[in-house]
Amino acid sequence: MREGYEVIYQKPKTLTDNKMHYCPGCIHGIMHKIFMEVVEEMDIQEKTVGVCPVGCSVFAYDYMDVDMQEAAHGRAAAVATAIKRMLPDRIVFSYQGDGDLAAIGTAETLHACNRGENFLFIFINNGIYGMTGGQMAPTTLEGQKTTTSPFGRDKKSMGSPLKMTEIVSQFDGVAFAARVSGNTPANVRKAKRMFKRAIEIQKQNIGTQFIEVVSNCPSGWKCTPVESMDWIVEKAIPYFPLGIFKEPGK
Amino acid sequence: MGEIRFMKGNEALAEAAIRAGMQGYFGYPITPQSEVIEYLAAEEPNHDYILIQAESEVASINMVYGGAAAGARVMTTTSSPGYSLMQEGVSYIACAELPCVVANVARGGPGLGTIQAGQGDYFQAVKGGGHGDYRQIVLAPNSVQEMVDHTILAFDLADKYRTPVLILSDGAIGQMMEKVELPEPIPYKPDKPWATTGKTPDRERNIITSLYIQSDDMERKNNSLQKKFRKIEENEVRFEEYMIEDAELIITAYGVTSRTSKKIVDLAREAGIKMGLHRPITLWPFPSGRISELANDGKVKAFFSIEMSAGQMVEDVKLSVNGVKPTFFYGRTGGIIPTPEEVIEFIQKKAGEL
Amino acid sequence: MPAKGYVEILVDTCKGCGLCVANCPTQCLALKQDDTNVNGYHYSYMSEPEKCIACMNCAVMCPDSVITVYKKKS
Repeated sequence: MREGYEVIYQKPKTLTDNKMHYCPGCIHGIMHKIFMEVVEEMDIQEKTVGVCPVGCSVFAYDYMDVDMQEAAHGRAAAVATAIKRMLPDRIVFSYQGDGDLAAIGTAETLHACNRGENFLFIFINNGIYGMTGGQMAPTTLEGQKTTTSPFGRDKKSMGSPLKMTEIVSQFDGVAFAARVSGNTPANVRKAKRMFKRAIEIQKQNIGTQFIEVVSNCPSGWKCTPVESMDWIVEKAIPYFPLGIFKEPGK
Repeated sequence: MGEIRFMKGNEALAEAAIRAGMQGYFGYPITPQSEVIEYLAAEEPNHDYILIQAESEVASINMVYGGAAAGARVMTTTSSPGYSLMQEGVSYIACAELPCVVANVARGGPGLGTIQAGQGDYFQAVKGGGHGDYRQIVLAPNSVQEMVDHTILAFDLADKYRTPVLILSDGAIGQMMEKVELPEPIPYKPDKPWATTGKTPDRERNIITSLYIQSDDMERKNNSLQKKFRKIEENEVRFEEYMIEDAELIITAYGVTSRTSKKIVDLAREAGIKMGLHRPITLWPFPSGRISELANDGKVKAFFSIEMSAGQMVEDVKLSVNGVKPTFFYGRTGGIIPTPEEVIEFIQKKAGEL
Repeated sequence: MPAKGYVEILVDTCKGCGLCVANCPTQCLALKQDDTNVNGYHYSYMSEPEKCIACMNCAVMCPDSVITVYKKKS
């Protein structure tokens, strides 16, 4: 370190030393980092238990230095439900992609929200199935080309993209529902504040916390990381607006 | 003497789970075992366990996974079609080496089937209905008392070996009412340093997973699982025998058919036939050593596997007999319990042909 | 006059995604076009270090946490 300077930002200690396998520019890395910063700053590493999905972030437990369980595809909400019911004083979160949470796991997601299970859903929505090579997701945009919608998503035969935050915000059991993104430093900082707020709400035991992250997939979308952030601004956010959809007291 | 009650099989299983110190029950109603969740729901205010009626059997088995991995004593129960839905979960639980108890109060199948008792889930239970090389301990009660005893045993075996344990019952045992003796509640205290209870500074983070993407790692994991299964095979075989000492014709049966088989042995003996009964209690580990021993006994002439299926356990009997003596199968499907008369007629016919 | 801040970048962990470069308000970062790291990526580096204002945007955006930000003590 140079004389006269001090550190103002560094990798959180709650991330392991393992090098992340994600593609260059993937928002997974950004979200892992800021959530682990929240865990570090709120001093809850000893109490935090996470559930990771099947998808690109199947190895999230290699990067987040907290106790974690690998769930079967789509079942993280059921797994997290049981963890929190058995260990009610721990901070519990699930971390899932769009296939995991909104396709195969829709029943588990909606019913956990309906019962008001007291854990945080971190929903990484990038409108595509990255790990399996770029197939259509329930949140793929109309007209978007993927390997299973090579001519563009056709509303008539494939349905419209699902707006999960809007859906779950209607449940009485949900205390906090918000949509954020990781496409700009301002949005990343805002997302971090939302994570912090969600944990504070979990401590009050008043209902499910649900945060959707409008995310990217440079590999699946076939563009550069910087271009993928432009796509988020131009195409994704207009359909998946950012903001708080439900919060306590309102 | 413990508390004596007159109970239905399903309710006895539920009460035994409470006394075993079960901390979480996650289940979905399905005939013929919905009494389990109903009993536990009614009893919940009197005890410390948590009960969730989940949205499906798929959700149930995954809640069991999460609760078990968090270090708790957890259970789910279901019947055949619901057990099919749980297969992925059981495979994950077996590979992640999580202790839990599952009960299948089996009914006739395949498909939606019938709600009467069935024994057509033997292959699924014993050979592994889920994917991959795994085994699970399978206990087969044949009385309401065993619904109690096997539930307590199941929780203990699950913890001892960090493995799922299946109680393979059937609609008849689940629904029948008999006198039972209930044990005192067990003061259960979990001691599971591997569980995901929160990473304290004194240890590394605990990861519960069944993902071993590198081939070497996957093989290593499989070898270690197989080693555990051999240990269970050596130590946990259980069976019961009736009139076996001088038996020339041996019936093999489990569950409700083993009840009628006792009657069959008695009737046969009255008619001068030296019949005996070998009842496996653990369907896995299967009592192959004992059956092989019986097969190699000079006076034994033949084996008869009596099942409410199209013939499933008979394959394991044949493997154990290993061609040394003839092995026959008699069975009924559709929830029909073979009557002593029809079984004796079949056995006499086959014995006459020997 | 020394810069308000500077960054250290873990060269061999950087994947050359370019998010730090694109989000730096003073454009003091660039991807090294004439060199690659051990994984073959054109890694990020301070091409104009005197322009750094220690805003931390680069480190906030970095998916691989390769950037440490330093600020001049007041």
